[in-house]
Amino acid sequence: MAEKNLVQAIHDTLQEEMKRDDRIVVLGEDVGARGGVFRVTMGFLDEFGEERVIDTPLDECLIAGVAIGLALDGMRPVAEFQFADFIFPGFNQIVQEAARIRYRSNGDFNVPLVMRTPYGGGVHGALYHSQSIEAFFAHVPGLKVVAPSTPYDARGMLVQALEDPDPVLYLEHKKCYRLIKGEVPDERYSIAFGKAEVRREGTDLTCVSYGLMHHFCLEAAERLQADSISVEVIDLRSLFPLDMDTVLESVAKTNKVMIVYEDNRFLGLGAEISAQIAERALFELDAPIVRIGGPHVPAMPYAPTLEHWFLPDADRIEQEMRKLAGY
Amino acid sequence: MANAPDRHTELGLKEEDLLQMYRYMLLARFCDERQWALNRAGKAPFVVPVSGHEAAQVGSAWAFEKGKDVFCPYYRDLALVLVAGFEPRDVFLGLFGKAEDPSSGGRQMPAHWGSRRLNIITGSSPIATQVLHAAGIALAKKLKREAAVVGTWFGEGGTSEGDWHGAMNFAGIHKLPLVFICENNQYAISVHESKQVAGRVYQRAAGYGFPGFEGDGNDVLESYRLTKEAVDRARAGEGPTLIELRTYRFYSHTSDDDDRTYRTREEVEEQRKRDPIPRFEGYLKEQGILDDARIEELRAEAKAKVSEDAKAAEQAPFPDPAEGPKHVYGDLEVD
Repeated sequence: MAEKNLVQAIHDTLQEEMKRDDRIVVLGEDVGARGGVFRVTMGFLDEFGEERVIDTPLDECLIAGVAIGLALDGMRPVAEFQFADFIFPGFNQIVQEAARIRYRSNGDFNVPLVMRTPYGGGVHGALYHSQSIEAFFAHVPGLKVVAPSTPYDARGMLVQALEDPDPVLYLEHKKCYRLIKGEVPDERYSIAFGKAEVRREGTDLTCVSYGLMHHFCLEAAERLQADSISVEVIDLRSLFPLDMDTVLESVAKTNKVMIVYEDNRFLGLGAEISAQIAERALFELDAPIVRIGGPHVPAMPYAPTLEHWFLPDADRIEQEMRKLAGY
Repeated sequence: MANAPDRHTELGLKEEDLLQMYRYMLLARFCDERQWALNRAGKAPFVVPVSGHEAAQVGSAWAFEKGKDVFCPYYRDLALVLVAGFEPRDVFLGLFGKAEDPSSGGRQMPAHWGSRRLNIITGSSPIATQVLHAAGIALAKKLKREAAVVGTWFGEGGTSEGDWHGAMNFAGIHKLPLVFICENNQYAISVHESKQVAGRVYQRAAGYGFPGFEGDGNDVLESYRLTKEAVDRARAGEGPTLIELRTYRFYSHTSDDDDRTYRTREEVEEQRKRDPIPRFEGYLKEQGILDDARIEELRAEAKAKVSEDAKAAEQAPFPDPAEGPKHVYGDLEVD
């Protein structure tokens, strides 16, 4: 057992998996000599050679399409999209091809493909290095979308992604990369998709989140403890499949719920979760559902004041929690 | 007639090969005529015709080794998938959207071919996406040291897509065992080649560092020759080739299109004089391989086969609605 940050956990796990399974190849921009702009594939080129660590041309459509071809022929490609903000040239290949190939071939073909991409804000990344893209992809049947927020989960969910028979979009929050540290066992383990984690038990209200926001929610919940407000904090981890059972069980206990996400609030994960709570647990609620999310502007602006305005933080979450608890 | 030059022997083709190639061309043509008639009779909502492309498809497909090589076709490749192992029955099962449709179990529109068993990679409707899959499969073959070659087919319209250029670039960089085959019929639905392609398709290969050739796609032996050379190069580890086979489609783009809005009847009639099937028949007669009586017999046999298969497919069951939610994920149920 060692303490690692998120980048180290992903790096070490991918490296071990590549040693175990020579069908795994990584491909993307700057994944070779540079080791990835966030150093996730650092040292891989020397260890595994350029046949398994492929620096691609600067063409995200190509990365997705070639990775699909590799997967169709029995390889286990791990495609890196350098920033989630740049994944969109590959959208057609990911959504129309990777996601639909099993269904459209009546189960004859499948695409075991892992797509890793750094997402999220709070890193002075402005409009094009801060985006949250999960809603676009979680909307698409045939894809799985996961967003581990701790080094422990990152390891277990990457192992799971590599064993998955279908395309998995594996989201890595950039702000969590070096900020979040935790104990990671050396043993190999996997974490099944579709299972949320109750990280903090509570009785007064339920707070559902994922990624960086999850850590801010934990911080806010900790502050409220001093005032004897007990918050149950759930980390979704997997955005599709979505573990609504854990959420509904918690709502039945606390009768109040907030959903926190940095993606644009409109039609984001919070919209789906709210709808399902309304459909399945409306009469458990003692207060309206609260969503905290990004404002309806095209993306996160650059100036520190503007970035702060866009991105929810522990202070804002704390205020909203107090309001909801007192409702 | 004995003096007519023998073009096939030097290509390594025997009489038996020629007769099979001819049979596939006939089957494709008669499948097409039947599916068009079924559409006009209200029995088939959507048809993608192949007529005119038979020589380009059969000739190019014949250069690949079935069971080893991989086909990444596009929607017009009816003759090609017959060579790859589809029966006419399979074509009609897809046309009617029946449960046994091998491509998709009745999920996709007709002409979206696919079969793992036959190494035909499943296709979609967005143009040229399959070309990148072909590059990925070719890379996998190379990494696994398999001697397989991948072929991918597309129209000249497809060469405008970023996917196509990405695949060309990647294939050139990695010297992939991949053959790009453009069936240039001059029209992407209604848009003429002159508004689609700056320069010439085959010349684009030079920009990606590998050879490109053009040939008469209405000549089955020429289509075979060019493709066979490219497949041999690819199998020898010498990298990709782009082949542009010039041809023409005799019908509209699909049954929902009306080509009278963009092509004159005179132009179509002129092009029909270059029909690849009578042309190949002429060669087979010159070589003393077939005579008119035998041609009539073979045509009748092919027509009967198509007719029988079309009827069988029409009578086959539709998919059960309970099939609808299946095969979204390998390990998850959806509702």
